[in-house]
Order: sequence, then C-alpha cells, then structure tokens
Amino acid sequence: MSNVTKADTGASQNPVAFFLTAGCESFAESLRKSVLASLWFIFLTFPIMVIKVDTINKTIDWRWMNMAYIGIGTFVLSFVWRWALARKELTKEESTRENISEKMLDRISSNSYAKYGFLALFAAAAVVFPHAVGMYQTNIMISCLIYIVLGLGLNMVVGIAGLLHLGYVAFYAVGAYSYALLNMHYGIGFWTALPIGALFGVVFAVLLGLPVLRLRGDYLAIVTLGFGEIVRLVLENWGDVTMGPSGISGIDRPGFFGVKFGVMDSITYAYYIMLGLLIFTIFVINRLQNSRLGRALLALREDEIASQAMGIDRTKAKLLAFALGSCWAGLAGVVFAAKTTFINPASFTFWESAIVLSVVVIGGMGSIRGVIAGAVILVLMPEYLRAFSEFRMLVFGATMVLVMVFRPQGLISAKRKIYTYVKGKSATNE
Amino acid sequence: MRGKLSFVLMAFALMGLLLAGCGGEDKKEAEAPAKKLILGVAGAHSGDLASYGLPTVNAAKLVAADINAKGGVLGMQVEVVAQDDQCKPEMATNAATKLMSDDVKIVLGHICSGATKAALEIYRDGKIVCMSPSATNPPLTQSGDYPNFFRTIASDDAQAMLEVEFAKKLGLKKLAVIHDKGDYGKGFAVFCKQFLEADSGMEVVLFEGVTPGAVDYSAVVQKIKNSGADGVIYGGYHPEASKIVTTMRKKGVEIPFLSDDGVKDDTFIKVAGEYAEGVYATGPRDISANPLYAVAEEAHKKEFGSDPGAFFFQAYAASQALLNAVEKAGGTDYDKVVEALRTQYVETPLGKIKFDERGDAEGVGFSVYQVKNGQYVELK
Amino acid sequence: MEYFLELFFGGLTRGSIYALIALGYTMVYGIIELINFAHGEIYMIGAFTGLIVAGVLGALGFPGSAILVFAIVAAVIYSAAYGFTIEKIAYRPLRGAARLSPLISAIGMSIFLQNYVMLAQTSDFLPFPSLLPELGFVKHFKGILGSSDFIIIVTTIVVCVALTLFIKYTKMGKAMRATAQNRTMAQLVGVSVDTVISVTFIIGSSLAAVGGVLIASHIGQINYYIGFIAGLKAFTAAVLGGIGSIPGAMLGGLVLGLTEAFATGYVSSDYEDVFAFALLVLILIFRPSGIMGKEKIQKV
Repeated sequence: MSNVTKADTGASQNPVAFFLTAGCESFAESLRKSVLASLWFIFLTFPIMVIKVDTINKTIDWRWMNMAYIGIGTFVLSFVWRWALARKELTKEESTRENISEKMLDRISSNSYAKYGFLALFAAAAVVFPHAVGMYQTNIMISCLIYIVLGLGLNMVVGIAGLLHLGYVAFYAVGAYSYALLNMHYGIGFWTALPIGALFGVVFAVLLGLPVLRLRGDYLAIVTLGFGEIVRLVLENWGDVTMGPSGISGIDRPGFFGVKFGVMDSITYAYYIMLGLLIFTIFVINRLQNSRLGRALLALREDEIASQAMGIDRTKAKLLAFALGSCWAGLAGVVFAAKTTFINPASFTFWESAIVLSVVVIGGMGSIRGVIAGAVILVLMPEYLRAFSEFRMLVFGATMVLVMVFRPQGLISAKRKIYTYVKGKSATNE
Repeated sequence: MRGKLSFVLMAFALMGLLLAGCGGEDKKEAEAPAKKLILGVAGAHSGDLASYGLPTVNAAKLVAADINAKGGVLGMQVEVVAQDDQCKPEMATNAATKLMSDDVKIVLGHICSGATKAALEIYRDGKIVCMSPSATNPPLTQSGDYPNFFRTIASDDAQAMLEVEFAKKLGLKKLAVIHDKGDYGKGFAVFCKQFLEADSGMEVVLFEGVTPGAVDYSAVVQKIKNSGADGVIYGGYHPEASKIVTTMRKKGVEIPFLSDDGVKDDTFIKVAGEYAEGVYATGPRDISANPLYAVAEEAHKKEFGSDPGAFFFQAYAASQALLNAVEKAGGTDYDKVVEALRTQYVETPLGKIKFDERGDAEGVGFSVYQVKNGQYVELK
Repeated sequence: MEYFLELFFGGLTRGSIYALIALGYTMVYGIIELINFAHGEIYMIGAFTGLIVAGVLGALGFPGSAILVFAIVAAVIYSAAYGFTIEKIAYRPLRGAARLSPLISAIGMSIFLQNYVMLAQTSDFLPFPSLLPELGFVKHFKGILGSSDFIIIVTTIVVCVALTLFIKYTKMGKAMRATAQNRTMAQLVGVSVDTVISVTFIIGSSLAAVGGVLIASHIGQINYYIGFIAGLKAFTAAVLGGIGSIPGAMLGGLVLGLTEAFATGYVSSDYEDVFAFALLVLILIFRPSGIMGKEKIQKV
C-alpha cells in the first residue's frame, strides 16, 4: 500500500476500475494482493476460527466452513480496504477538515432564516420527542444525553486542555454516590443533591489534581486511570458506608415541587431535566471556550513553555479545567442515580471511562457538535444493534477502529475561531 | 457566538428527529394482533455472565413451544421476547422499559440480583409480574418492597445457614471465609460469617475478598494456610473458585473447601479437573428423580443438541408457573395473576410448587453436594 | 519467615508475568508513543493458541514435553502474526494523526478481539492442561516455591537478559534505539522505520504469548477476558518502571507483583489493587517519569 499516490490517475477513470485497482498499478497486482491478504487471514484465524478443542474428552471439532468464509470475506474486504484508503488519500488535499455534513451545517448557519428555522424545528422535535416515541426510546435517549454531558465535560479536559484523562468515571461515581447516600441517610432530594454532587466532583478533582497535574501525557493518563480504579474499589470494599457491591437501591426519582411521578412520567421528566442540563452545559462550555481561561488552555495545549512565558499560570489553568470537567461528571452522576434508582460499583468500571473518551475522540476533539455526534453513535449504536445480539460488541469495536482509521480527526472536527482584521474598524469577532 | 450555540442545538435536535423516525417504526410493530401472549425474558445474554443467562432463554422457548403445541394459553400463542441486560443495572432498566413499552405483562428474569433490583421498580409501577430463576439476594422477597416479585430459587441466607450447619457437621472449628467482592458472593459470605459468629463452637479466622480475574491467587492461599484454618468457605462463582482450589491443592493445602451454588456448576469440575475432587458445594435440591426433569432435559437435548446450562430447570419451572398463573387467572390482569401464583399449585421439574406471601417458592430448597469421581453427588 | 518467603515468591511469579507483558507495552511505547491497549488481547490470543495446539496434539497422543514446545512455538508465531497485522490495520494508517486517535483505535481493537475470540471459541472458562514439567529439585521448597513458579521466574529473567542484549548489540536493536530517539533522523540515516515498528510489535507480542502460555498452564484455566486485567496491570507496571525503558518494565512488574502479594498477605486482599495503584501514584509524584525513566527535557 506504499504506492497509493499512483492511484491519483485512477480517479478520472470509471469508478469500477478505480475500485478494482485502487492502490495498485494494475488489476493483476491488486488481485495478487487480495489473494495474499486472504491467505494471510486464513492462516491468522486458523486456530481460533477453525479448531475447537475439548481437552477433557480429547475431541477436536474442525470447522472448515469458517475457513472458507474468512477467505472469501477477506478477499472482498481487501479490495474495499484499498479503495477506501486510496480515496482517503485522494480527498486529503481537498478537505481534510470538512466533510459534507459540516459543509451543510456551515451553509445553514450562514443564512439566518434557515438557521433559526432549523433551530426552531429541531427544538420542537426535541421537546415532543418523549411523547412521539415510546418509553424505551426515551429511556435510552436519556442515557445518550447523559453521555453527551459527560463527553462535553471530558472534552474540556481532553479536547481543550489536552490532558489525557482515563479515570473520568470516578467523578461520575462520586456524583452518583453522593446523591444516593445523601438520599438514603438524610432524605435529601434530587434538586438539592444536584449542586452538591457537582461540588463533590470539584473537590475530588482538586484533591487529585493538585499533586498529579504536573505529570505529562501518558503518565497523567495512567495516574488518572489508577485513581478511577481506586475509587471503584473503595466503593466496592467499604461496605459500611457505600453498601459495597450490592449497591444502593430505591433512590428517589426527581420530584417536581413535592409532586412525585409514576415510572412513565418520571422518565419523561428525567428526559426534560437532562435536556435542560445539556443546554446549560453547552451554553457554559461555549462561553468558556472563548473566555480568557479557554484561550489560555488552548495555548497550553499547543505549547506549554511558550504560554508560560506569556504569563499563563499553568497549574491554575489546568486545575481549573480539571475541576470544571469533573463538575459535569458529578452532575451527570446525580442524574444517573436518580434515573436508574439503583447504583452499584459495577456501573463505574474503566470501560465506562474508555467509552466516554471514545465519545470525545470519535466525535472530534474540542468540538461540541462532534461530541454530540460521538455520543449518539457510541451510545445508541449498541442499543440499536440489539438485533445483532451477540455480534454487537464485535461490530462496535470494529466501528471504533474504522472511524479512527478513516477519520482520525473525528467525525466533526473543531474549528478554530478566526479573528479578522478590517482596516479602520476594531477587530471583529465572527 | 450565538451561531455556535445554535449549531449545537441544531445538531442535537437533528439527532432527535432521526430517532423519532426510528421510534415510529417500533410503535407500529407493537400494534401487532393481540392474539399473542408475550413472555419477556430478561437477563445476561451477552458479556462475561452470558453463560448464566442464556439457559433461561432456552427454557422459556421450550416451555412456550410445548404449550403452543397444546393450543397455547387461553387460546393465545406464547411468544418469547428476550432482552439482554448483561447483568448491569442501567442496562436492566433499559430492558425493563423496553418490555414495558412492548406491553409485556409477565417477565422471566432477571438473572443477577443487582440487575433485578434495578428493574423491579419499573415492573412494580407498571404492574408487571417478574419471576427470577436465579436472583438469590434475600431482601428481594424479604423486604416486602416488591409484591410483584417471585423466584424459583431459595435465597442466600437459607443457603448460608445450610453451609454453616454442614461445616459444623464436618467438625470444622476455624474457618476462612473468602468471597469475590461481588453482590452475590459477598452477600453469601457475610451471612456465613454472621452464622459462624453466632455459633460458639466455630470461629472465622480469615474474612477476605479476592479480585475476580486477577492473574493468580497464591497470596490469598498462603494467607489461608498461615491463618491455621481447618476449612474454607467460598462465596462467589466458579472461575475464581477453581483457581483458588487448584492453587491450594498445588501448594499442599488439603483442608475442605465449601462453596455455594455459583460453584455447583459442571464447568467447575471441568476446569479444576482432579483438584475439584472432594469439594463441597450447596445447590438446589437434586430433582433428577422427578419425571418432568427428564422431559425438560430431553427437550433441551433434542432442540439445542447439548446439556442444559445453569438455572435451566429453575427457569423452566418459572416459565411454567407464570404461564399456568395466566391460564388460571383467565388473563393477564395483575392482581389475578399474583393471586393465582400464590394459590395454585403447578407441576414443574422442581416438583409441585406455589409461592408464599413474600414470593419465595414453597418446597424449593438446598442440599449439599460433593465432587466424587468428577461428578457432583448429593449428600443426604 | 517462611510466610514471608512464600509471599515473596508468589509475588515474584505474578510480577514476572506482569513484566513479560509490560515489555511489549514499553517497547511499543518507546518507539511510537502509543499505549497499545490491544496488547492484553494479544496475550489472551497467545494463551488460546497454546490451548488449541496443546489440545490437538494431546488428542493425537504426543508426549508432554513435545506439546509444551509446540504450544509455545505456535503461540509465539500466532501472537506475533496478530501483533504485526493489528499494527498494519489499526495503527499504521494513523501514523501522523492526532495522539489520541491511535489510542481509541487500540481500545476498539481490544473490544473487537475479545468478542472475536468469545464468538469463535466460547464465553466459558476452559481448562488449560498443565504443560509445565515437575522439576525434581524444587520439591525441597514444597509450599514455598512450586516448579511452575520457578520456570516462570527463570524464563522471565532469561527473556529479559536476551532482549537487553538484542537491543544493545544487534543492528536491529540499534535501529530500534535510533527510531525511539528520533524517527526522522533515523529515517535520514537509512533506517527503515516501518520495518523497525513491525519488528517491535512482533517481539512484544511474542513475549506476551510466552507469558500467556506460562500463566495459563500455571493457573489451569483461561477465557476470552483474561487479557484485560493482565494488560491493565502490565501497563501499570510499565509506567511504574518508566515507560520506554526495558529494565524499567522488568523492575516495575516485579515491584507491582510483590506489592500486591505483600498487601494481600499482611493487610487484606480487599485492597490489593488499591495498594498497587496507590504505589503508582506515589512513585509518579516523586519520580514523574517512573523508577528508571529518563526525565525528558522540554525545549521550545
């Protein structure tokens, strides 16, 4: 695949020929490559796909059909793979940063009628959503909204400040447990717990952040990962306080000025709460990105030493980003506890952190629209893939790899703010 | 600045619209002919605990096929709808709301106690009857919070009580109680510890949790050895149990190993091999003498070509009990179905059962088994 | 004292396995600065290949020692092949992309491989035959040191020494060090960076496979999920020792294994992992680049 660039000429040919010879000089060469790939994968998957042994009864099950499937499948897929790589290469110059949906969004936003029209339409759709569809759809939509908020919170740490954080779920757990415990022991309601959960998130973030934020890159990643695991293990083992692995059940659903709802209504209600929280989050993050702090963080991400020379307080800025990100995890945790009414440490494993991080990266780091797209894909996909039952996690993993290979910058990439200078006027801000 | 905010709203709402599209289709499906009785089956059908959940789906399918062949329940054909929860609470609530929005009235499941707890509240408010073949957490029935919950397996405290009594019978004095830090294992271990401490003749010399999936357990085994225990009680599932037993025997620790029904699984014997010999485990009473047991086992072999898995017979009995209750109640009316479950006996592989006020099956209990020559043998 | 020794050797065995896996993490990281999350899965695939080969040969009636040799060789070949292929598919197209993209690709690969093995084989635990021979002279230490513990510790030491010599004295080792220091410069002086990276993956994966077969045979069981926790711990060990440093990975693995064993033995296994991670946090606070890592000087 080293000679991909030679396929440039292929673009002008008809698409079928381009598909067949992508990345190769001739059809014969691509055929040869595909056969080789196919043979290689037959070799690679041979023991695991074909042989199944039972060491107790000493019997061997040979599944030769699988070998044929792999051979044919790889043969076809290798054409698709080369074609896709060649296309990625070809389109590189035209638009590395923009794709069709991004362009469409830009076009819409440049026309204010279309913009507000669409905005009103979508807002209306979001509002009527729980009434238009079933409770199940609403319920998974709440999960999705929670992940969007988590993703946006983590985006602040990873996307904007550039700190690789693998223990984000710890703060989510802190939020969820602070509501659950306060509710169990003191009967504190959802609305009171919401700011308290956020506060706890911030306190924990500062406690962790102070000593470790001076670590760089992957060292920070592993420390945060370790911290996430420590929090989960403490929740699991400190049974007297956290109820241990059996978790806390019967957590109150959010009330509305003392009114309590049934299951149906409270799910709808939780949906609106999450929707409100999301809009609030987007608003705050949007303001923050362009604030003094936001710009300081972006500068730090690009070059620490240069920005320190410009007078940015590195520790303070990083700590603020870390704390703000965790604040949202705390908020989302409270809503999560109220929504499921039951929590146990099993919901706060490292995988959860990995998924939230994937939401941010697959969506497009630093971009709010991207995070939303990422959450929609990663959270809703496994739900709608229920039809594939046991294959769904396989498809899920493969999708993560493919999205990264073909769109490494994420689905919707962040756009830098551009400040234009017009002669005679002061700098304007678009 | 405004522009950016509006993009975001737009993108968000766009996704809303897309979903609304999907949702619409689902609704149409739900309006299918009403001549069907849906039996929801919820549990772990994927993930690391799938081997505990899938046999339940098989059981429900077999019972449904059997009843459908005989004309169905009240003329309605029974349809099995499976929902995966991976034993995770948040997935369980999704599965529960999915079942509820599909207008399911009777649910067989869930498999794990934690997931069951999370889902039960939704079922309770939706007036859905839920029966688990495997959730053994005592408060599920004993708290009285869930009048809609039933189970065909005895609870953990009954099992722990039996385990401790048996340990006493073996003449053990100093016990090491080990658990897997899980909901089920730790709960069981805590009950054992309580019963042991209440007994003046026995003491707990070690109470520890191991991390499931850890590379090895040699340190814990050394600790057991060092504690001077003359017996080990383990609460948890078979993968860790077989690792601990193997390590113990390899290190020459030959004291009795007692465990629970998470270990009373043939996979344990398969994996631990020769080291499994002599291990004790409590499990549901041996029912293989029951003629219906053979019928169910035969049906499974014929349909799926393999031996039934964990909790299969409990699930089989639960499906029968649920469908029988609907038949006796003359419909899926919540109160009548619950009433029928509490009053009407039903013939199942577990014997003739009905349920008490709290939802536990009467006549279902535990016995102690021991591995002898690569097989679990019931000790009378 | 006997109790202490027992715990010490138990910890050493566990630490050796961590070290074998950590070497793969550290080598890959040293060269392309990627946390290869799929590395734990390579270890799992190595163990599975070993099981399958052992099963087939066992059914054909081969003698025990031949089975052990063939199982390890097959596991090494296949793990190396998987490592090579994964790098080609999931990481090579991402070279030059943002730092986090290959990380997410690795997480996706890890999920994919776990499910691939689960679907193609089984989700159940499988018994792994004990392939390691019983050594006569170890019997004197009965209870303190088993023969499989002994074999694991010795193998790890041998492998580590061999790897250090390889990196230090061979041409390929030199090329690897050059690539790790400065990829562009290495290319300029005629090092084929693609080959170096492939070789790194192949060596790292082979070591993981050796670890996989040894530990599976020691413990006696495997399933598709074993790679996750082992990988996480090994990664921790690699960072603890100073990621990118080969003696560091070895040391980090042993320190981690011993910490866990003593934490279990003298405190409680409830908090075994808490101790492991707390140690990591503490060490990194005082030595931000790990025990043997070199502090990088940042220039503008």
